[in-house]
Amino acid sequence: MPSLLIKNGYVVDPVSGQEGPADVRIEDGRLHSVGKNLDSSAAEVIDATGLVVAPGLIDMHVHLREPGIEHSETIETGARAAAAGGFTSICCMPNTLPVNDNATVTSYIIERARQHAVVNVFPIGAITRNSAGEELAAIGSMKNAGIVAISDDGRPVMNARVMRRAMQLAKSFDLPVIDHCEDLNLSAGGDMHEGAQSTRLGLRGIPASSEDVMVARDILLAETTGARFHVAHISSRHSVHMVQFAKKQGLAVTCEATPHHFALTDSDITQYDSSYKMKPPLRSDCDIAAVIDGIVSGTVDAIATDHAPHPGSEKMQEFEKCPFGIIGLETALALSIEKLYHTRKISLMRLVELFTTGPARILGLNRGTLAAGAPGDVTIFDVELGWTYDVNRSYSKSKNSPFDGWHLRGGPVATVVGGAVVWRREA
Amino acid sequence: MSAGLLGIEELTRAEVEAILDRAHFYQPVQMQPFKKLDTLRGKMIVNLFFEASTRTRTSFEIAAKRLGADTVSITASGSSVSKGESLVDTLNTLAAMHPDAIVMRHAASGAPHFLARHLVIPIINAGDGTHEHPTQALLDALTILDRRPALEGLRVAIIGDIAHSRVARSNVHLLSKFGVDIVLCGPAMLLPAELTQLASGVSLTTDMSEAIAGADVIMMLRVQLERQHDPPLSAGEYFQFYGLRLEHLALAKPDAMVMHPGPINRGRELSSEVADFQRSVILNQVENGVAIRMAVLERVVGEHANGSAAS
Repeated sequence: MPSLLIKNGYVVDPVSGQEGPADVRIEDGRLHSVGKNLDSSAAEVIDATGLVVAPGLIDMHVHLREPGIEHSETIETGARAAAAGGFTSICCMPNTLPVNDNATVTSYIIERARQHAVVNVFPIGAITRNSAGEELAAIGSMKNAGIVAISDDGRPVMNARVMRRAMQLAKSFDLPVIDHCEDLNLSAGGDMHEGAQSTRLGLRGIPASSEDVMVARDILLAETTGARFHVAHISSRHSVHMVQFAKKQGLAVTCEATPHHFALTDSDITQYDSSYKMKPPLRSDCDIAAVIDGIVSGTVDAIATDHAPHPGSEKMQEFEKCPFGIIGLETALALSIEKLYHTRKISLMRLVELFTTGPARILGLNRGTLAAGAPGDVTIFDVELGWTYDVNRSYSKSKNSPFDGWHLRGGPVATVVGGAVVWRREA
Repeated sequence: MSAGLLGIEELTRAEVEAILDRAHFYQPVQMQPFKKLDTLRGKMIVNLFFEASTRTRTSFEIAAKRLGADTVSITASGSSVSKGESLVDTLNTLAAMHPDAIVMRHAASGAPHFLARHLVIPIINAGDGTHEHPTQALLDALTILDRRPALEGLRVAIIGDIAHSRVARSNVHLLSKFGVDIVLCGPAMLLPAELTQLASGVSLTTDMSEAIAGADVIMMLRVQLERQHDPPLSAGEYFQFYGLRLEHLALAKPDAMVMHPGPINRGRELSSEVADFQRSVILNQVENGVAIRMAVLERVVGEHANGSAAS
C-alpha cells in the first residue's frame, strides 16, 4: 500500500496530548510518524491546511440491520454513512435477524464487513439468547469470534437475576456490559418523554424514571459483580448523576450520550413528526443540561449515535405506530462541534477524546490514537465548515433524521481507514 | 399545510369568535321547516371515521347536507384500512378523487396533523386520540353562551379522565383564550400535573367538591376505558369519588349547568337523576353541534375560505 502524508493540519491527539500544527504520515496501513515537515516523497499527499487531523473516530453504538433487515440498512451502506460522518470504526448492535447471540452470526458479520465495509466494524453480541432476557447467549464463543461488548440493546434485560449472571460472565471474559436502561413496565406504551409536551400533544409518556431505575439497578449489580457496566445513550438528569456517583465510588461504570440528546428537547416535537421519535426519547431542558454538564465534567465518556435506520414505509405513519430510532452517523460530528465546541462548553481536545479514546477505552480497542504502529485510521475535519445536511443524499438506506435541512457549522472533510482515503467531502 | 381545522390551540381568540358568530347565524336554521341552504352547493365532503362515533359523524354529515354539500361517509371497518392499507395511502387515494375537505376521526393523537403535512386537501379534525376535538369545544362554548352573556369570568369545572380526554384539552385551549377560570378534576393518575402548563388559568384538584364549588359550568367526561392502559379505579370507587350526583349541584352556582360530551354512562360518571336534571344541557350540546359544524365547514370550504382546495 502506498504511503499517505497529511500535511499542514492541526493535529489533535488525546493519547499523546499533542495539539498543534503537524504532518501525519501513514505507511503500510499503519501510523508511521507525526511531526513537522515530514518527508513527502513517494506518498499521496493531502493538504490539511486549516483542518483538524485527529485519530479516526469511533461510534460505539450503531445498528447496521444486517443480517435480516437489509431493506433498512446493510453493513455496506451503514459503513459508507459512517465514513461520510468521519467515523473509521463502528460497533454494531446485535438486534438483527437472527440476533447476534452466537459465534456463527458474529463471524458472518465480521466476514461481510471485511468484504463490503469501508470502515472497521466491531460486532456487539447479545446478552441473552435471541435477546429474550431469559437464557444467556453464547458469550464466550462470541468473544472468541470477535465481539467487543455484550448488550440486549432495545430489549433490555428486565430480570435482575439474569443481568447479574450476565455481568459475572462478562467480567470473566473481560467484556463490558452495555445496557439500554429502560424499565419496560414504566415505559410501556409511551411514545415520547413524559412531561408538559406529551400532555399537550396527547401522546403517552415515557417517564425519565423508567431510565433511572434501571441505571440504579445496573450500577448496584456492577458493584456486586465487579463487571464493567456501560450506560447506552444516557438521557436523563438523575441517570447522569448516578453515573457520576458510581465513578466517584471507583466502580467501572461508563456512559455515552447521543448528539440528538444534547441537540434537541421534547419541545421540538410539534408536528407529530416521527423523525423525532426514538428511545430514550428527547428529554426536557433540565435533562439536556445535565447531559451536557456530564460531557463537560467527564461523567460522559463517549459520544455515540445510536444510528437506527428505518425505511420511509415504517416512519410515514401515525406517530404512535412508528418505530423508535433515527439515523445519525453523518451528523454526529457536526452537531457535536456546533453544540459543544462552538458554544465553548468543551475544548477541541475533549471533543476528539469523546469520539476516540473515550469509546476505545470502554471497549479495549487499540484505536483512537495517532501513536506510531497503530492502525492508520485518521479523521480530518473542519470546525468552520458551513454545510447543509440533505438526508436524501445520505449514504444510509434510510432517511429518518430530524436534522434534514439543518445548516451546520463544522463537519468531516476526509476519512482515512488503514491508510486509505475512504471518503472525501465533495468540493 | 392545508387550511383545515386541526385544533383549538392554534386558533386565535378572534378566529374562535368568528366561528361562534357564524354558528349563531346557523342556529335558527335547525328549527326551520325547510333546512337546506346552498352555501356549499357543488362541494364534496368526505367523512372518514377510524373510530366509533354516533353524534360527531352524524352531526358533520347533517351539517354538510344542510349547507347543500354532498357527503360520503367511510368507516374504517368497511374500507381498505382493514386490508392493511396505510393511513397516508388511504388519504392519498381519497384526495385523488378531489373532495373539498376530509373530516377525520382517528384513534392516534396527531394523525390529522401528520396527514396535513403531506396532503394539500383541508382536513377537519373530528377527534384525534387523546389530543384535540376542536368542534366539541366550539359547540360547548356555543352552549354556554346560550345561557351566559360572555365566557369571561366564568368558572368551569371539567371532571373525569382528563389525561385521556381530547374534549378536555380542546376546551382548556378555548376557554383559556377567554380568561375563564378552569378547574380540572379527576383521580390522581388521570390528572397529570403538567396540565397546568397547557394554557393559562388552569388549576387542578382531586377533590370533586372543591372543583364544583362556585362553578358556572360542570363539564363531566366519559370514563374512557378503551384508552386506559393502567389499572383503573374500580367502577364503585370511581362513582363514589368522581361521579356527579344531585347533592354536588348545591355547591355550584345556583344556575350552574351540567354538560357532557356524550355518550353518557349513567351510574358511572353521573347519576341518572343528574342526566335528566333540568339544568343538564347535554342534548342542547348535541343540537348546537350541527350549527357549529356548519360554521366550521363554511370556514374551511366556503367561498371565502382562505387557502381552500378550490382557490
